[in-house]
Amino acid sequence: MKQTRDIMGMPVTVEINDAHAKPAAFQAVFDYFSRVDQRYSTYKPSSEISQINAGLPRAKWSQEMKQIMKLCQQTKHDTNGYFDIEHNGQLDPSGLVKGWAIQNAADLLADKGYKHYYVDVAGDVQVSRSNTGNKPWRIGIRNPLNRDEIIKVLNVRSQGVATSGTAIRGNHIYNPLSRAEPAKELISLTVIGPDIYNADRFATAAFAMGTRGIHFLEKLKGYEAYAIDPAGIATMTTGFESYVTS
Amino acid sequence: MNTSTMKKLGLSAFVILTFVAYSLTQRQDSKNTAVVAPTTTTQGTSPSSSSTPSSGTTYKDGSYTGTAADAYYGYIQVKAIISGGKLTDVIFLQYPNDRENSVSINQQAMPYLKQEAIQAQSAHVNTISGASDTSQAFVQSLTSALNQAA
Repeated sequence: MKQTRDIMGMPVTVEINDAHAKPAAFQAVFDYFSRVDQRYSTYKPSSEISQINAGLPRAKWSQEMKQIMKLCQQTKHDTNGYFDIEHNGQLDPSGLVKGWAIQNAADLLADKGYKHYYVDVAGDVQVSRSNTGNKPWRIGIRNPLNRDEIIKVLNVRSQGVATSGTAIRGNHIYNPLSRAEPAKELISLTVIGPDIYNADRFATAAFAMGTRGIHFLEKLKGYEAYAIDPAGIATMTTGFESYVTS
Repeated sequence: MNTSTMKKLGLSAFVILTFVAYSLTQRQDSKNTAVVAPTTTTQGTSPSSSSTPSSGTTYKDGSYTGTAADAYYGYIQVKAIISGGKLTDVIFLQYPNDRENSVSINQQAMPYLKQEAIQAQSAHVNTISGASDTSQAFVQSLTSALNQAA
């Protein structure tokens, strides 16, 4: 059973392949993402993060927010400073919250006793175990130069797959070495990791590193990645092909 | 290896070589002072082939710690000791060779990773992973990287 809902302006898809998947399970996941959006959206003046940026004292922050800030600090450290949520005195942890929330949503389904499912938020996916017939879940990598095309199919079980890039809404990405020019280094970076929380935070940081990002990931144990430059040339980590369908 | 990386490595090497060459020339000027510099950084460059700073240059005595400079797989940071108005010692506080992964990088400029031209496939998939980064955090993290690289 598969359901999709638009939350926070992003498509949220849940597929559960266990027998007797209840509609309430899907609803629980969608409700969870709505709550996350209420707390962390910098576009909502009522959100906790907006209130924090408007001067809410630390003593009044929720425990969860404090935990998120800790995780952001840790990620900044883990990525040599490339992951930073602070800019001009404003905090925006959404780059970390997305993967974290997908992970929590997946855990929520596990708590309800489900075993075979995936949770996908705008192309960042956590899969649990396998698809029907003990087959791995098949995740396509979208062509960043032509979003109607799939350029790779990954076979994954109980892992996270995240892609950072510019394809969907056409952000302007700037070259870290030349502020004046838009970056021409990478347009898409897909990371396969032990879970979506880690795959997503490292994909975000490694993308900001440009062509150095794939080497950063190559050194990271338990991660594989596929980086695509504007000319359509892909560079992959040494273990990446073991996930690719032949 | 991309051009920016080459430039960076080249620049780092140039800075070190200049520094070491300069240190060595200073040693020739004042023979009773010691110069400490890793031999690996000289890379066969003899001091005589480098330009020497004007002999009139003098410095204030003391020790000065430079900023840590990113040399791609590690940082380089030196402390300069000035005695009698001259550079008498260069101590490497940080050097990429003290890191295990830097050793391999230094031996082989960049690890070899397989490349290919992307190609459309027609295949059934359960779902699709694609770029959708719109968060401000991403832009902010990139901005922070810009500030560090500047």
